Amino acid sequence: MSNANWPLWEVFIRSKQGLSHKHVGSLRAADAQMAVENARDVYTRRSEGISIWVVQSNDVFASDPSEADSLYEPADSKVYRHPTFYDVPDGISHM
Amino acid sequence: MNKHLFEYLLRLGDDSLIIGHRLSEWCGHGPILEEDIAMTNMALDFIGQATTILEYAAKVENAGRDADALAFLRYEREYRNVLLVEQPNEDFAVTMVRQFLFDAFRKPLYEALQNSSDEQIAAIAEKSLKETKYHLKHSSEWVIRLGDGTEESHEKAQYAIDTLWRYTDELFFENEVDAALQSENIVPSLIPIREEWQKTVTAVLAEATLTIPQNGWKQQGGRTGLHSENLGYILAELQYMQRAYPGMKW
Repeated sequence: MSNANWPLWEVFIRSKQGLSHKHVGSLRAADAQMAVENARDVYTRRSEGISIWVVQSNDVFASDPSEADSLYEPADSKVYRHPTFYDVPDGISHM
Repeated sequence: MNKHLFEYLLRLGDDSLIIGHRLSEWCGHGPILEEDIAMTNMALDFIGQATTILEYAAKVENAGRDADALAFLRYEREYRNVLLVEQPNEDFAVTMVRQFLFDAFRKPLYEALQNSSDEQIAAIAEKSLKETKYHLKHSSEWVIRLGDGTEESHEKAQYAIDTLWRYTDELFFENEVDAALQSENIVPSLIPIREEWQKTVTAVLAEATLTIPQNGWKQQGGRTGLHSENLGYILAELQYMQRAYPGMKW
C-alpha cells in the first residue's frame, strides 16, 4: 500500500482541561477520522493528552517567511509594548 | 482449585496472548508508520490483558506456576485459544478482518463479564473493555475502508472474510466448563453474545459492501486443544528463549 496520495494532517493535542490545544506534529491519513485515530496512536500513547484536533495541512495558511523582515522586525524596536514598565504591587501573584 | 475457572481463564488469556503475538509480528512491517504504531499498541494491549488473566489463572491453579510459566512453558495441546486468532497474518486485509471478527466478539463478552460474580474477572473485564472498544472501532473502520475502497482492496477484504469465516463458529463454543461457571454467574451465556456479534458483523460488512459467506463447513478445535499447525510455529517463536535458556530474565 502506498500513502503517496494520503493527505498530510497537523495534529493538536490538549494535555489537560483548561489548557489550549498545542501543535505536536503531523501525520498522514486518508480522512479526518483516520487522522484522529492515528494521532491517538502516535501522539497520546504516553498519556500526553485528553483531546485531539486534526487539520489538513493544506488548509493551514501560513505567513510567508520571505516577508519576515517586514512582518516581525518592526516589533523588535517597540519595547514599550511589553508591560514591563509598571511596578507590580506586592501581593499580586501569577504575574 | 476450581478446574473450570482455570480452564475458562486459559481461554480468555490464550486468545489475548495469541492474537497479541500475531499483531506484534507486524511491528516494523506495517503498511504505514501510523498503522504500524497502532497495531503495536493493540498488540501491547492484548499482551497486557494476557498477563493479567494468566496471573489470575496461575493463582486459581495454585500449582506453583506463574503467568510466564503458563504463557511460555505449556505445550500446544494445553493452549485453549480459538483457531481464529492463530491464523496467519497473510496481508493487511486478512489481519484486519481477523481482528474485526474477534473484537466484535470480545466487546460484548467483556461487557457481560463486567457483571461476573468473580470480582477479579469483573475488574479485568472493565479495564479491558475500554481497550477493546477502541480496537473494535479501529478494525471496523478499516474493514469498511478496505471493503468499500478500491477494487483491489475489496477483493482482498472479501478473500479475508471467505477464508476466516469458517473459524467464527468456534468463538461461541460452550461445554460443561461454561455450564458450571454460568450456574454461579461467573460467566455469561454466549448465546446473546453471539446475537450481538452477528449484529455488529452484519452491519459493518454491509457498509463495507462485503458478502457474508453462505454457511458452510465450520472448523473448531482450539478450545479443546486441537490446534491448526499455525500454533506450533507461533509457540516455537514465542517459547524459544525460555526453552533454550530456562528461567532467563531480561
